[in-house]
Amino acid sequence: MRLSRDEVWTGIIGAVAVAAAATLPLFDQGYYLAIALNMVLYAALCTAWTLFSGPTHYVSLATAAFFGLGTYAVGLGLDYMPFPALVLIGGAVAAILAGLVGAATLRISGVYFVIFTFGLAELVRQIVSYLQVKLSASMGLYVFTDFTEKHIYWMLLALTVVVFVTGWLINRSRLGFAMQIIGNDETVARHSGIDTARLKIVLFMISGGFIGMAGAILAPRYSYVEPPAAFNPMISFLVVIMALLGGTRRLWGPLVGVIPFTIVMDIVSVRFPNDTSIVIGIAFLVIVYLLPDGITGRLEQLWAHSRKARPEPEPVPVEERA
Amino acid sequence: METIVTGILLGGTYALVALGLTLQYGVSRIMNLANGETLVAACFVAFWLFTSYTVNPLWGILVIAPVAFLVNWAIYMLLLRPLVERARNQGMLEVDSILATFGLLFLFQGLMLRGFGGAYTSYTFLADRFEIFGTFYGLNRVVAFAAACVIAAGLYLFLYHTRYGTAVRAVAVNPASANLVGIDVAKAAALAFALGGALTACGGTLISTFYTFNASMGVIFTMKALIIVIMGGVGDVRGAVIAALILGIAETAVAGLIDPGLTLAATYALFTLVLLFRPQGIFGRQQA
Repeated sequence: MRLSRDEVWTGIIGAVAVAAAATLPLFDQGYYLAIALNMVLYAALCTAWTLFSGPTHYVSLATAAFFGLGTYAVGLGLDYMPFPALVLIGGAVAAILAGLVGAATLRISGVYFVIFTFGLAELVRQIVSYLQVKLSASMGLYVFTDFTEKHIYWMLLALTVVVFVTGWLINRSRLGFAMQIIGNDETVARHSGIDTARLKIVLFMISGGFIGMAGAILAPRYSYVEPPAAFNPMISFLVVIMALLGGTRRLWGPLVGVIPFTIVMDIVSVRFPNDTSIVIGIAFLVIVYLLPDGITGRLEQLWAHSRKARPEPEPVPVEERA
Repeated sequence: METIVTGILLGGTYALVALGLTLQYGVSRIMNLANGETLVAACFVAFWLFTSYTVNPLWGILVIAPVAFLVNWAIYMLLLRPLVERARNQGMLEVDSILATFGLLFLFQGLMLRGFGGAYTSYTFLADRFEIFGTFYGLNRVVAFAAACVIAAGLYLFLYHTRYGTAVRAVAVNPASANLVGIDVAKAAALAFALGGALTACGGTLISTFYTFNASMGVIFTMKALIIVIMGGVGDVRGAVIAALILGIAETAVAGLIDPGLTLAATYALFTLVLLFRPQGIFGRQQA
């Protein structure tokens, strides 16, 4: 595998950043760790979301469904299996659900996909609640582990790194190249012999699998898992906002949205707990009307603008080719 | 039999909401995910008119529908028109309109939570018995169904027997060709969006007479309406009505026979069947 100089530098900077982030629990175990944990959680979720929704431009709202399945895998299996195995199972179950949803909707136009994922978390929640009441006559599950917040934080950080490396490997692979063509022009992709539906399904499964694993890792944070908390639809919407706010053209784009928005949501939920909906609504409107390509997209535009003075061929933005 | 009648009564009001959405999506090409919030807002206004001024909800429609028409028209002109103009293709408009109407969804939901609180609300209107085929049903449900039929018939007359309605349908079939035969597509799209909002508000007013509602309920209705629209075929009036009745019956059947907590699962089962076998809708023609 040959690496360009940029890639080597990105890798080194990334490794340093991860190492620095990993030391955080040594300094603080309270408020800052809690908020950093949220950041790492959403970093993993948003990056995994972007793996699929970035190149395809399909707005997936299935995050809460995958996340909840992961949480439930841990809740149900903790008495029988070691935790790492459950994280893998949680990811696998989520990937299977992603495969089924993808098989039903990704063969036809993208709108059907959005509509289907729109209610998916609620659907899975209804089924899980129904089965739970039928089979075990209780609404929730206890999750007792020896993990504290710092362990969860480290595991999520590791997961984020895995998601990043996977995303980077995908971008270098034939799959990534094919996805780029699909994102630019699906008709062209189909005519050059790319099995567009199959690739989209594969990518959606990878993305969903990681989200399921994140849900599984987070399960020990709640000692009691209930359907409404595990399948909270807000997770889906927050992931969409943070990812789009950062920008989905680059793998690290969502991070730029995750960090400020986690802080904003933290402040809002403490100071104005009843107005979270309004803040989320405004965030969506800001993204659509002011930052259609996210913060990173806007920065790139400004960068390109400032270099325009030089006699250089202007790079064609990705959207232009669509 | 009881299931079928209850289901049809329920489906009648779903149909109005779905007709509103199918006009907005089929003609204006805006996937309005804030549609359910229009419905909930109409519920609250009907409640407020009834409890404060003892206005019969059926007369209330005469106020609520025009207001909803104007509000939706303003939303289209101010917020959605710029998206239509900047979109380079249908896909971009879809993504943009989905995100923008998500914004509206949460904004309106948040404002309604502020204004009315999160509690479940209902009022008593025509809570008498009404006999159909030897079984008793709530009179308010029957009246709501009858009113929905009248409004839907009015819409049918407008769309199929007036020049303007024909223009609206032409835009639904193909905006580019409609433009070529001298139809003002932008105006027809704005009209359809506003009309769709008004229809949804009528549906909301009728639903409020027999349903317990709260400020964050809109999403569920949007979801159902979306699925009805897809089942019936986008922009297809007859398809939406049939699909709404099927959904009403299926939901009632599942709630009665298996578990009331699984109504969404019933909706999804139907949705999946449609996606797998007739993605173009019940009456839709196969697209080339």
